[in-house]
Amino acid sequence: MADTVRTINSTISKQIRYHQAMKNHFGSILSVLFSLHTVPVLTLMVFLLPVLAGLTSTVLPAFGYLPVIGQISINTNAWGQLFAHPALPSALITSLSSGILATILSLIVSLSFVAAWQGTASFRKARRILAPILAIPHSALAIGLAFLIAPSGWIVRVFSPWATGWERPPDIAIIHDEWGISLVLGLMIKETPYLLLMILAALDQSQAKQRLKLAKTLGYHPIAAWVKGILPVIYKQIRLPIYAVLAFSLSVVDIALILGPTTPPTLSILVLRWFNDPDLNYRTIAAAGALLQLFVVICVIVTWWITEKAISRLSKRWLINGRRTFLEQPVRQVSKFSLNSIFLLFFGSLLVILLWSFTRRWRYPDFLPSVWSIQSWDRNIHNLLWSSSSTLIIGLISSFVAVVLVVVCLENEKRRGKTAGSGALWLVYLPLMIPQVSFLFGVQILTIKAGIDASWLAIIWSHLLFVLPYVFLSLTDPYRQHDDRYIKVALSMGISPARAFWRIRLPMLLRPLLFAFSIGFAVSVAQYLPTLFVGGGRFSTLTTEAVNLSASGNRRIIAVYALLQALLPLLCFIAALTLPNIVFRNRRALKEH
Amino acid sequence: MSDNTFKQSVTPAQFPTLYLKDLKLCLRGEALFTNLSLNISPGEIVTLMGPSGCGKSSLLAAISGTLESDFSLVGEIFLDDLNLTNLPPEERHIGMLFQEDLLFPHMSVSENLCFGIPAHIKSKKERVSLISQALKDAGLSEFENRDPATLSGGQRARIAVLRTLLSQPRALLLDEPFSKLDTELRTRFRDFVFRHARAHNLPTLLVTHDPEDAQSTGGKVIRVSDF
Repeated sequence: MADTVRTINSTISKQIRYHQAMKNHFGSILSVLFSLHTVPVLTLMVFLLPVLAGLTSTVLPAFGYLPVIGQISINTNAWGQLFAHPALPSALITSLSSGILATILSLIVSLSFVAAWQGTASFRKARRILAPILAIPHSALAIGLAFLIAPSGWIVRVFSPWATGWERPPDIAIIHDEWGISLVLGLMIKETPYLLLMILAALDQSQAKQRLKLAKTLGYHPIAAWVKGILPVIYKQIRLPIYAVLAFSLSVVDIALILGPTTPPTLSILVLRWFNDPDLNYRTIAAAGALLQLFVVICVIVTWWITEKAISRLSKRWLINGRRTFLEQPVRQVSKFSLNSIFLLFFGSLLVILLWSFTRRWRYPDFLPSVWSIQSWDRNIHNLLWSSSSTLIIGLISSFVAVVLVVVCLENEKRRGKTAGSGALWLVYLPLMIPQVSFLFGVQILTIKAGIDASWLAIIWSHLLFVLPYVFLSLTDPYRQHDDRYIKVALSMGISPARAFWRIRLPMLLRPLLFAFSIGFAVSVAQYLPTLFVGGGRFSTLTTEAVNLSASGNRRIIAVYALLQALLPLLCFIAALTLPNIVFRNRRALKEH
Repeated sequence: MSDNTFKQSVTPAQFPTLYLKDLKLCLRGEALFTNLSLNISPGEIVTLMGPSGCGKSSLLAAISGTLESDFSLVGEIFLDDLNLTNLPPEERHIGMLFQEDLLFPHMSVSENLCFGIPAHIKSKKERVSLISQALKDAGLSEFENRDPATLSGGQRARIAVLRTLLSQPRALLLDEPFSKLDTELRTRFRDFVFRHARAHNLPTLLVTHDPEDAQSTGGKVIRVSDF
């Protein structure tokens, strides 16, 4: 026995020595650059530098320094103009109210659903449809939602005129309503499933299931048990996702263009309009507005954090007062109803897009189209192919690069035997917490300076900023949990670390790798603002086309783009889920159970 | 650790007996055991032994009402004349100790204990005095405000027992709660648990695969394979 161990050890150390020798041999700059150790740093630079540089390039114009239009003095004129703008106060209020409301409601629905239904059949059912919901770009959903809830939308058609008596669509503003209610709804459809998924991940990591059982044997009813015994423990883990949702809701552009109020719009839309104004002098106001947007997000996150602390302090006595029930029935009923409504709106949105894309004629108040055709597809085929292929190229390359970078970082972590702390997680979340409008303008200026504006490189890079964090988040846990003894066994048999990595680690992790890839792809497909700003108008993806067309009112054409936009990520997910089953068809341990 | 056990002011009018009647447990349709019948009188400790996977832990889950959905149970469970079979776990008043102590990491030691005390004991004075009595009795008086994470395994295990007892259960289930402790600690902790189970007159069912555990109860020993 001891002999075998010694032989194994000596083989391993021989291997290590051999590889060190190889390393020294190829000690060129190139191999240093691409060695495992430098890639984590490289990865951080790939996505932190542009964000920070972009922010700085927004700060300078906000204080009057924009040489392109001949302004090189430092002044605060832009800020004066910004605060004097008549649309600003109400834009600020709408942004704040819709962003905060959407986050709070999504959080309440997701938390209360988990609290009330964890461990039941309806819970497992809900869990299964989360991934497809997250795959669909939010702008496609927003378009579908608009088709559903508009005065002439499908919901009104279902009930008209027999129940409502409306022979023509009622003259009320449901989408683009001035309070941003439809905007809140649009945000919730996407954010509730996201938060649900994050809560589930947090639950899997803690001993939540066991603790819940214990609380029940102490006489606690399900919701009281969950809120008092589980929520305070897992909140730490869902804090960053909540902040990301908050930042997104406060500064969202595409959903706000499709569903949000128009006169005046939300702050982010106002800023976007100023950036696009033919009068170049508006650029400095826009830059100031972009910084204001960042300031708003920071303030709200800080306020949220203070509220968290206050609630946790105030609830200390309540947690241990021994009360075994907490709104049990209301929470059960309301949470199930709300989540079902959200799911219903989600599937309704997809279905109505599908119907409209094959519609020739669909008069109000008919329940279904009266004449079907493929003409909307046919007439736009050239443009559809062009925007689909650029969507595919950008999405596939950026997610591939993201997966490679993340894998190298994680493999490096494994080999050095230490994991990055929670500080690294904050860095990963940084691009998700800084409003896109606040730094993409700066990124645009930088790409122009570097001479790579409107190039594939610039646009893929800009997508990478948002793809990378999500790929990292989805791949970290499975990668860290992969049992290193498999690799050690291989090394002890004289296999090189590189070969062990390719032949053992990667195949065993095929499923999470493909899943992370398809998440990255879905994120890339959904990007609107990066394509718009960095693409310099030369690139059109399905998303930019769909969002830009959404104002046109031609439902048939919008539907075609929105449907394709939803279809691509969905197909990618299906492939990611089925491919491992085909590859591992004769390997029961690696098949899906 | 003193040999006394703390007394709670509120005690059930009558100490109940736990009845298991013709229990049959199936995992995805396959029977793990059939015809298991058993009466446990107040203060009696019955040991259930068997190899892992025989369904002994699942039996405890079934009695406490926390059975996973893959399992199905036929038969009836009574506490005196109260039929528990279809009650949710929170209405059964059956305390359970798991392999892990499962102390809540967001609460201090005394807050963990306070979580167990029923709400009908309203006065803060009474709640606090229950906690300090319980801690004193476990020889952990000075640990009131400690973070449970800073305690040793044995100390945490004792706190978990106290928490369960403070919730005034009417029966006690022990799911191998000694298996993670080392030998010396194990004997002392076992005595601690048994002493309290008897002092509170709880019908107690212990699941274990360690014959020594079974011997130490001095009571009835049952093998799942007998059923």
